[in-house]
Amino acid sequence: MADSMNLDSGHHEHHAPSGWTRWLTTTNHKDIGSMYLIFSLIMFFIGGAMAMIIRLELFQPGLQFVDPQFYNSMVTMHALIMIFGVVMPAWTGFANWLIPMMIGAPDMALPRLNNWSFWILPFAFSLLLLTLFIPGGAPAGGWTMYPPLVLQTGAAFPFLIFAVHFLGASSIGGAINVLATVFNMRAPGMTLLKLPLFVWTWIITGFLLIASLPVLAGAVTMLLTDKYFGTSFFSAAGGGDPVMFQHIFWFFGHPEVYILILPAFGVVSAIIPTFARKPLFGYQSMVYAVAAIAFLSFIVWAHHMFTVGMPLAGELFFMYTTILIAVPTGVKVFNWVATMWKGAMTFETPMLFALGFVILFTIGGFSGLMLGVTPVDFQYHDTYFVVAHFHYVLVTGAIYSLIAATYFWLPKWTGHMYNETLGKWHFWLSTISVNVLFFPQHFLGLAGMPRRIPDYSVQFAEFNMISSIGGWVYGLSQLLFVYIIIKCVRGGKKASDRVWDGAHGLEWTLASPAPYHSFDTPPDPSTIEGGVR
Amino acid sequence: MAGRKILNRQGINKTAIRLVVTAVIMFGFGFSLVPLYDVLCEVTGLNGKTGVISRQEAKSPGELHEDRLVKVQFVTNVAVGLPWRFKALEKELFVRPGKLTFTNFQATNLSQSSVAGSAVPSVAPSIASRYFNKTDCFCFVVQSLDPNQTKIMPVAFVVDSKIPDNVDVVTLSYTFFKTEEKI
Ligand code: HEM
Ligand SMILES: [Cu+2]
Repeated sequence: MADSMNLDSGHHEHHAPSGWTRWLTTTNHKDIGSMYLIFSLIMFFIGGAMAMIIRLELFQPGLQFVDPQFYNSMVTMHALIMIFGVVMPAWTGFANWLIPMMIGAPDMALPRLNNWSFWILPFAFSLLLLTLFIPGGAPAGGWTMYPPLVLQTGAAFPFLIFAVHFLGASSIGGAINVLATVFNMRAPGMTLLKLPLFVWTWIITGFLLIASLPVLAGAVTMLLTDKYFGTSFFSAAGGGDPVMFQHIFWFFGHPEVYILILPAFGVVSAIIPTFARKPLFGYQSMVYAVAAIAFLSFIVWAHHMFTVGMPLAGELFFMYTTILIAVPTGVKVFNWVATMWKGAMTFETPMLFALGFVILFTIGGFSGLMLGVTPVDFQYHDTYFVVAHFHYVLVTGAIYSLIAATYFWLPKWTGHMYNETLGKWHFWLSTISVNVLFFPQHFLGLAGMPRRIPDYSVQFAEFNMISSIGGWVYGLSQLLFVYIIIKCVRGGKKASDRVWDGAHGLEWTLASPAPYHSFDTPPDPSTIEGGVR
Repeated sequence: MAGRKILNRQGINKTAIRLVVTAVIMFGFGFSLVPLYDVLCEVTGLNGKTGVISRQEAKSPGELHEDRLVKVQFVTNVAVGLPWRFKALEKELFVRPGKLTFTNFQATNLSQSSVAGSAVPSVAPSIASRYFNKTDCFCFVVQSLDPNQTKIMPVAFVVDSKIPDNVDVVTLSYTFFKTEEKI
């Protein structure tokens, strides 16, 4: 990606420095966006390697390759990396690259904060990854960090807590930047209800981040003082309550899962109209649906803890609110399908991934509904059914939309088209293997296989073997993705400015590759009047 | 910014400051959830926290249900780090709601040094905890055991006669934790 960026130094810009220090000190939204995305891609492979180890151990019943403690730390680190190191930074990367271009702004509102927010990340993950090499090993108590188990973490414990603090600070910085940009730097004529949905979903994600991450920071701080400073927030011995941690954690945790998925809704709402060559159906209802989902996400947290012994009224409240989320989510899926209805569709790679998203994310939504029904969750809780659920919403949801977005905007960023044939290979290999990987896990869960355990009884052997094979094929297929990106950055068919003939949106009115500064002069208000979503 | 110096600096700073303040408030909110939950638990009796009443109150039990019996089961746990054996001398009792009932637990220190521990009670189902009151309990104070000492520890409790009809079984569980200093 570096090449492409040096190309546009043609604009008499004396402040696009070269050399490696450029990356350390840059405050340019495109540089920072690229760094976020590259970081996220690297973390995707680190977290992915851990997943491969997990699937290796689970290939057969019994303990073959790793000891249970290490297995548990793989599960823990895999989740932390994928959530905080891949999906969240990737969305911030896309926000950096796209939001200024989409709203007609020259850059982000707080460029220096932007630089800091990014550079905290590699630092925090160095802290976390370092724990793999210290005595006692990496954290192994699960990404949910439930006490009292997590308090048994050895020397890695403070690393874990501080890494989470830094990751939270980084994300809050990113969110403040996005919101300050959108609220103060829109081009003349760009009213809120003219914003592309990706911007809208990010506004709401920004609010979710600012409202929920500090709560997580508080929760882990309490863990820290419980372990080292004699407090007993969560220790029954001192009058505290371990279940309270779960309440506080999930008060953050459920909004967090929407932080991971809302920008995906925005991406899909940009891609489907482009390749269906029709405007998005029900734009305003989309905005309201996202807002409704965000609001509901704060009052459903205890669906993660149906089995802790809540009173009946609590179980019912959290069951009904959880199931209520299906309504706005259903509105969105309906609108995407209605957008395609009688459209002149073509199926380039971004569209394939977006369609894959709509279908497979909906499967994840359905298993979520099943989990939301309290009495049946007593059976499903902490089984592979939950694992299947969140991988459908996160891998075939969040990750699919990230990949779709990459293919969609890569030509705009690099000025080159990616290789369409390879892109289609990437889609079909991924889609077949991901279903081989995760679909059988539904059955494993229903049959009672518990999650987070390195061994299992023999009746689960076949499905686990199938799942592992799917896992390795899926993992290998992602190497193709990297190859396609590198090739596209290096060269390829020249991309036109509009790139896709159905594309609307201010970013497509800029040259390809996008110039170093986006809108030095504000875009023509008549373009905006004509519709840019 | 090359061409465009018309940035709304003031607006940006205002938005940023408001958001930072929101984040700080939410950080505080996370901590305030601790007392909030406690208040909620006390008011509603969720969380299995049992009540304490005086003997005097216990002796004036309201109406006694002659024909109703509630099964009370006793569960004992010892937390990691406390070298004790701890058991209920009666596994379960059938009690008449409104009647003061006595039972005994027994703890043995298995180590060669004296150790202090405190017991944390909990009642399930949580709805029953509002109707489960104790007049005496070893869990009210820190217990200290000499090396190899065995101690019998009594509990006196009343199941309130207003306990809902559909509650037939109540489980009282105790977990003993090691106490570093006298509380
Ligand atoms: C219709 C929407 C959804 C519903 C009704 C739903 C419901 C649930 C429920 C009830 C659980 C807890 C299951 C258990 O532990 O027994 C759960 C777990 C989970 N869900 Fe969802 N969910 C939905 C959408 C999503 C989305 C969009 C995401 C993320 C993008 C997501 C990510 C997760 C994750 C990560 C977990 C597991 C957390 C853990 O224990 O480690 N869910 N979901
Ligand atoms: Cu949830």
